Amino acid sequence: MTLQTLEKSVSAFNAHSLSRNSLEAQVGNTPLLRLEKIERDAGLAPGVALYGKAEWFNPSGSVKDRAALNIIRTAEWSGKLRPGMTLLDSTSGNMGIAYAMLGTVRGYHVKLALPGNASPERIDILRTYGAELVLTDPLEGSDGAIQEARRLAQENPNYFYANQYNNPANWLAHYHTTANEIWRQSEGKITHFVAGLGTSGTFMGTTRRLKELDPRIETVAMQPDSPFNGLEGLKHMPSAIPPGIYDPQLPDIIHAVRTEDAHEMARRLARLEGLFLGISAAAAVVACIDLARELNEGVVVTVLPDNGFKYLRERFWKE
Amino acid sequence: MPTIRIPTPLRQYAGDQSAVSVEGHTAGDALDRLAQSYPELRQHLFENGKLRSFVNIYLNEEDIRYLDGPETEVKEDDTLMIIPSIAGGCLLEDDPWNVKRVNGASITRR
Repeated sequence: MTLQTLEKSVSAFNAHSLSRNSLEAQVGNTPLLRLEKIERDAGLAPGVALYGKAEWFNPSGSVKDRAALNIIRTAEWSGKLRPGMTLLDSTSGNMGIAYAMLGTVRGYHVKLALPGNASPERIDILRTYGAELVLTDPLEGSDGAIQEARRLAQENPNYFYANQYNNPANWLAHYHTTANEIWRQSEGKITHFVAGLGTSGTFMGTTRRLKELDPRIETVAMQPDSPFNGLEGLKHMPSAIPPGIYDPQLPDIIHAVRTEDAHEMARRLARLEGLFLGISAAAAVVACIDLARELNEGVVVTVLPDNGFKYLRERFWKE
Repeated sequence: MPTIRIPTPLRQYAGDQSAVSVEGHTAGDALDRLAQSYPELRQHLFENGKLRSFVNIYLNEEDIRYLDGPETEVKEDDTLMIIPSIAGGCLLEDDPWNVKRVNGASITRR
């Protein structure tokens, strides 16, 4: 990242002063929740605390509002996104919902390529916001959606291809907001940061800023244990199209989580902690506990991308 | 022989093939024979002898859980698809939203 890109992004963020009553102004500043019962249940040392950033408090219901808002604002500022244009991207769900909401607010048509096995709830939410959908081969997963978005972008010069996997405004959103919120809310006491890898934006941006604030903070990137998994929104990096914004050198530790362990944790979080979370959030908590079991003291913070409502059809809740 | 279509992430465990033809008169039988031919696939598809909860099998675009499960009969020219649920998804053929599809493959929503 050059200093120039950074400055551009900062000014994009500040360029339009947000009315306090606008929907966009509600993006970010999410609560940081202590997971005390989960700590006890996992038998962690008394000096170890677990915290999760409750990202479902964002207006479209997920962490993706942060990246979508910064991508849109940065593109508006640089003139790449202008009134009357169509915002195009590939998504497995949450990013699309964030684009669809913000596109409606800011007056853009939103067109999304998503895998045909995205959940019906997501598809219905996207359509309700008025987004145009292109469903790609479910056998190809999210990489198939990426390829279709690239193809559509090349064919249509009037589209703004938001390109969340390669757009620095994605990770910069977390550099400017998520990391600083975590630092403030943990009163600078954070010792470990854990986040799942999808586009890798959350991990990259938050880690880069946290390392500036305190280079001793250890960072853990969590990913599925296999290319074939049920962890919505996460990528098995060794087998996926590598996101341009992902720097494999940045994580101190890379930790793999099995889908069934995330499912079990999702049920525990609901019943023990009263937190009905999405599968990737539950997977992040699994990674936190695996890490925290080896600590005598520390403050472990993770990002909980969304809550569980969009995953209600999954059979594992009833197991 | 029925054909099983393999999703991209599993192809590396199935000799890099996108479709495999196997013997079998039921969906469960066909999947078991697939895992016998490609033993690396088994741990990805099954847990304690049962299909993992996020793995959906479609027979000609219909989820076998809504048919007869592993006992669902398969015929010579049938196609089975292995699709990770990601979020429980299966899509309606006559979709009320009339969404566009690419690359042909589609699945039926309940």
